[in-house]
Amino acid sequence: MINKLVLENLKQRPIRTSLSILLIGVPVTLILTLVGLSEGTLEDSARRQRGVGADIVIRPRGSSFMALSSAPIPEGIVKMLSQEPHITAVSGTVIQALSGLNSITGVDLESFSRISGGFRFIEGGPFRGPDDIIVDQFYAAQNNLHAGGRVGGILNREWRVAGIIEGGKLARLMLPIRVLQDATGNTGKLSQIYVKVDRPANIDAVVASLRAKLEGYPIYSMEELLSLISVNNVPLLSGFIDVVVGIGIIIGFAVVFLSMYTSVLQRTREIGILKSLGASRWYVLNIVLREATLLAVGGTVLGILLSFATKWVIAEMVPASLTQKIVLPWWPIAGLIALCGSLLGGLYPGYQAASQDPIEALAYE
Amino acid sequence: MSETVIQIEGLRKVFRVGKVDVEALRGVDFEVLQGEFVSIVGPSGSGKSTLFHVIGGLTPPTAGTVRVLNYDLAALTDAGRTNLRKTAVGFVFQKFNLLPTLTAADNIAIARHIAGRDHIAEDPEFRKVLDLLGITHRLHHKPAALSGGEQQRVAIARAIVNHPAILLADEPTGNLDSQNSQAVLSVLRDLNERIGQTILMITHNPEAAAYGHRLVNMRDGRIVQ
Repeated sequence: MINKLVLENLKQRPIRTSLSILLIGVPVTLILTLVGLSEGTLEDSARRQRGVGADIVIRPRGSSFMALSSAPIPEGIVKMLSQEPHITAVSGTVIQALSGLNSITGVDLESFSRISGGFRFIEGGPFRGPDDIIVDQFYAAQNNLHAGGRVGGILNREWRVAGIIEGGKLARLMLPIRVLQDATGNTGKLSQIYVKVDRPANIDAVVASLRAKLEGYPIYSMEELLSLISVNNVPLLSGFIDVVVGIGIIIGFAVVFLSMYTSVLQRTREIGILKSLGASRWYVLNIVLREATLLAVGGTVLGILLSFATKWVIAEMVPASLTQKIVLPWWPIAGLIALCGSLLGGLYPGYQAASQDPIEALAYE
Repeated sequence: MSETVIQIEGLRKVFRVGKVDVEALRGVDFEVLQGEFVSIVGPSGSGKSTLFHVIGGLTPPTAGTVRVLNYDLAALTDAGRTNLRKTAVGFVFQKFNLLPTLTAADNIAIARHIAGRDHIAEDPEFRKVLDLLGITHRLHHKPAALSGGEQQRVAIARAIVNHPAILLADEPTGNLDSQNSQAVLSVLRDLNERIGQTILMITHNPEAAAYGHRLVNMRDGRIVQ
C-alpha cells in the first residue's frame, strides 16, 4: 500500500519527478563516463602495448610505467641487447607528446616488424620518405584522412599519409624514428625499447639478467607491464575519480533535498491526513525515504542509459583520442552513490514531515 | 447500561500564539456513553474543534482529565496518541481530506494499512456499510472524480474501516449542498442505529444537530448547556 502511495505521489508530479531523475542521472553518467574513459583509455593503451608482440619493455631511468618522457635511453643499448642470449629481436621507439592526450611515436619499421610481425595496412603502405607519416584507422576516421593525403598540425609541419594501419598496435601516429629523433632534438636517443625473447620460459631469466646489467632502468615483462596499467596504479586518476564520486553524492543530495523539501511543503495537508489516520513518524519518514529511493533508482537507470549515449558520442566524434568502456562493475557503485546522496537528501525533509503537527498540517491550504 | 467511552473533567487547553497564551478550553466536563450520537454546537472560537482534537489525540490537554476508552490522554506520549488515532477514533473533516493521489478504495485501504490490519481479510459487514454509504460503484475513482457528497461518504468509510469506538465528525456537511448534507447525515444516523457507532459531530447547522440524541452547546471554551 505504501509503495502504491509513493508511486502515485511521484506520478502526480511528473515534471518534478522527471527533473529529479534527470538531475540524479547526470552525476551517475558523469561517474560512469569518467571511469569508463579512464579504464577504456588505459585498456586501449594496454591493447596497443600487447599488440606490439614484445616480451620485455625497457623504460628510461627514473620513469614510471605510464608517464611519457623524452628520450633519455642511449641508442647503443639496442646493439648491446641484440647480443644477449635468448634475445631474438630488439626495437627502440621515440615517443613525443602532442596536444591533449595524443602522442606520436618514432619507429624503425624493419626491427619493429621482427618483433610484431609488421603492421597490417588498410590503405597505402610503409614510409617512403622523411615526410611520411603512418596513422591508425581511428585517427584516420576522426580526421578524414586517406593514404596519399596530407595532414598538418603535427610538430608544426605537414606530412604525407603513407599508410593507414589497423588499430591496436603500438601507436596511432608514427614517423620514421630518425625523423622524429631529429625533429625533437633526440638524435641517438630512445624513449622505450621492446625486446623479443626466443621462448616464453626464458622471459623471467632475461628480465633478471637485464636488470643486473642495466642498473636503474625499469625493465618489465610485458605481462607485468600490462598488469600495472590500471586506474588504481595511476594516482592522479584515482584521486580524480574520488572527486567526481564526491561531486556525485553532493549533487544527488542537493537534488533530492530540494525535490523532497518542496514535495513535503506541497503535501503538508496530506501528511496531516496520514497523521490523523494514526500514521507514526516512522511511517511518514518511510514514505519520503521510499520516494527518494525510487528517484535514485530512476536516476541510476537513466545515468546508465546516458553512459551508453556518451560512449556512442565519443566513439563517433573522437575515436582516436578517447576510448570509453561500459564499466559494468561500476553500475551498482554508481547506484549506491546516487542512493546515498538521495537518502541523505530525503532525510531532513522526511524528518520535517514526520515531525509536523497534525492540526497545523490539516489546517494548511 | 452503556459503558462510558469518553470521560472529561476540568479540561483546559492553552495555545501559545506568538507571545500570547490563548485559552481555547476553560474547564470542560463531559461524558459520552457508548452508542451515543452527540451533536456539539456553538459559535466559531467556542472551542468545539479543540475539544475534538484533544479527544482524537491530535493534541495533548494542558490540564484536566481526559479518558477515551482506557487511554488517559494527559499521560499519553506522542506515540501513544498516534496509537489512539490508529485504533480508537476515526475522523471525518469538513474538507473531506482524502488523499488526492489514491482512489477511493485505496484511501480506505491505507487506513487499514496504517492500523496494521491490511493483512486481515476485510470484514464482510464492512461491505454492507459501503452499500449503506452508496459508494460501492465509485470505489475505483480518485477524489477529483467524485462529488462532494461521495467524497464525504468515502471519508466516513475510511474513518470507520478499523471499527473505531468513536467517530469524530467535524462539520461533515459544511462543504455540501442540502441534498448531499441530508444523505451524509442519514448515513451517520444509520451507522449509529445499525452498528451502534458512537458519534460526536460538530455542526453549525441546527437541522444537522437535530440528528443527534443529545445536543451540547459550547461557548468561550466551556459547555454551557
